[in-house]
Amino acid sequence: MLRYGVAIWAVTLAIAMSVPFAYSLLVAEPSVGKTLFLPGETTHGHYQIELKCSACHVAGGGVNNDSCRDCHQALKEYDTHPAKKFRDPTNAHRLEKIDARECVTCHREHEPHNTSEMGVTLPTNYCVYCHDEIAKSRPSHAKFEFNTCTASGCHNYHDNTALYEDFLFKHVGEPDVLDDPHVPPLTHDVDPAKRVSEPDAPQQVKFNETLASDWRETAHAASGVNCNGCHQQKLDDVQGPQWHDQVAIETCEKCHQNEHDGFVQGMHGMRLAVGLPPMTVGAARLPMKADAAHRQLSCVSCHDDHRFDTRYAAVDACLKCHDDQHSLAYKSSSHYELWLAEEAGAAAAGTGVSCATCHMPRVEKDRKVVVEHNQNATLQPSEGMVRTACMNCHGLQFSLDSLADPQQIPNCFATKPSVHVESLEMAKEWFEAKEREKEARKKK
Amino acid sequence: MSLRNYGALAICAIATLVIGLAGCGGTANGSSAGPATASGGISPKKFADAVHAVMMADRTVYTKHVVNRLKSQESPVTPSEYWKDEDNTIPLPAQMFRMGSEIVSEDEEAGFQYALKSKWPLNEQNKAATPMEIEALDYIAEHDDNFYGEEELGGKKYLVAVYADKAVANACFDCHNNHTNRAADYPEFKMGDTMGGVIVRVPLD
Repeated sequence: MLRYGVAIWAVTLAIAMSVPFAYSLLVAEPSVGKTLFLPGETTHGHYQIELKCSACHVAGGGVNNDSCRDCHQALKEYDTHPAKKFRDPTNAHRLEKIDARECVTCHREHEPHNTSEMGVTLPTNYCVYCHDEIAKSRPSHAKFEFNTCTASGCHNYHDNTALYEDFLFKHVGEPDVLDDPHVPPLTHDVDPAKRVSEPDAPQQVKFNETLASDWRETAHAASGVNCNGCHQQKLDDVQGPQWHDQVAIETCEKCHQNEHDGFVQGMHGMRLAVGLPPMTVGAARLPMKADAAHRQLSCVSCHDDHRFDTRYAAVDACLKCHDDQHSLAYKSSSHYELWLAEEAGAAAAGTGVSCATCHMPRVEKDRKVVVEHNQNATLQPSEGMVRTACMNCHGLQFSLDSLADPQQIPNCFATKPSVHVESLEMAKEWFEAKEREKEARKKK
Repeated sequence: MSLRNYGALAICAIATLVIGLAGCGGTANGSSAGPATASGGISPKKFADAVHAVMMADRTVYTKHVVNRLKSQESPVTPSEYWKDEDNTIPLPAQMFRMGSEIVSEDEEAGFQYALKSKWPLNEQNKAATPMEIEALDYIAEHDDNFYGEEELGGKKYLVAVYADKAVANACFDCHNNHTNRAADYPEFKMGDTMGGVIVRVPLD
């Protein structure tokens, strides 16, 4: 009986202790103390939000796909292996080997010793689980090992939008540099009738003429957005709108929804998306300039307030903080020479190549050309850059070769690629062989 | 899923079928449904027949009144396998069908799953995946009849109902016969041939 009573007390005590423990992990605000509970170093993609356990974990401690999809929304649009493909019960035997319905089957967190590119924690030959008979339908693949599928610039598990056979075949034979290389012009919805030129700030707000002059040159003034439009903010339900010198990101979001949404999905703004304070440059894992360590990441970090110079935001704003080999090599590249030529008026608009040209490319959304403000969208993995950035100016073969060449990252694509991706030739041979077979059938 | 749920779903399915047929005048394949169960519910087999009828009606409407209409009007909008990547294109009827099946597979409350598969798949994802699917696709290719069986997958029992999917328009078999993914032993399909089968899988546990 005594033993029974002790057991009840032990269980009660365990429950009593586990409640505050679970609360501290999943509900309580992030704190330094939480680092004690981290089971291992977090990946490059998630370390910024590692102290907000509930950003990924659900009650009970697991991770469900919805947590992943909340941030990795682009996957919904083009995923080659969506979970829904594997819900057919005929996949039961495959799922015993690899449960492709769950993101964490391939991407386990807090396992640095076990993690490769793109946060993958499976052995790199994982394609073999389902595609072990690929050589039957594609005899050309018989010579390849399964750990080369994704490592050779040919395939991706999620994003194959620039890699599928028909697309490859359509772009066979393109030159390294296209005849008319340029990025598409942005869509501007500015109504000239709305232009304002006199600042409407309250009298007690002091500002100098330089600031007013900067503002008059912006799209804000051209669109009728005056001082009060940004600085008169209603921050709670108790008080009406009041003047604030600092403008909250939510104010920018009201007009720049697309840009805001991209920003909070990328490494610059992902902390804001889960309710954490903004990222600081000093907290970054990539090499950053020491004198920028104190800077916080927000819209005005790159778009200097009142001037909002997008060309400054496209290069100098990046190099104000980033201090890694790739960033530092940019000004020695031909891309930068093109940028300078455009700046000087010696080259056509859209022909210069800035940091943003590749990392924040101009993309079409809802029939408008806008800037993708999630700078990681094209890096998951980097083949995502092929269609959004590289192919504005380069042929597909050159683009794939460049991205597959590991030397191109540190030298910022300053030289011709030394790697050759075979997939275009293979697609060409495949389609031409099939065309010959078709002609032979017709003759019969 | 209880038999009562099957009944409710089947009533919805049959109602949709009736409305669909009234609009297009098409016909749906397969009609050898079993009797209702002793408890007054609907049998899994009858349920499978009913949802299949709806699927075929919807695809007939799409093919006849969307795809064929665009073609007859020489519209700049055309069906294309690569519709996601090409302007002024819409999904092929078979792709429309598969996307529907993927939406149903995401709905855990739907209570059934379906797929369009073939002995001669152009896409490897659409080849028979179990011994019963192989048997069923062989059967419907050789008989003018539906196939019904039971199989166990991942520890769960399923009714497997398979219905012949026939070439009903020139565009279907023209495209298949000339597709680059066709294997060396691919048949030369003609109007009325069985090109594959619609597989409806209903859990029995």
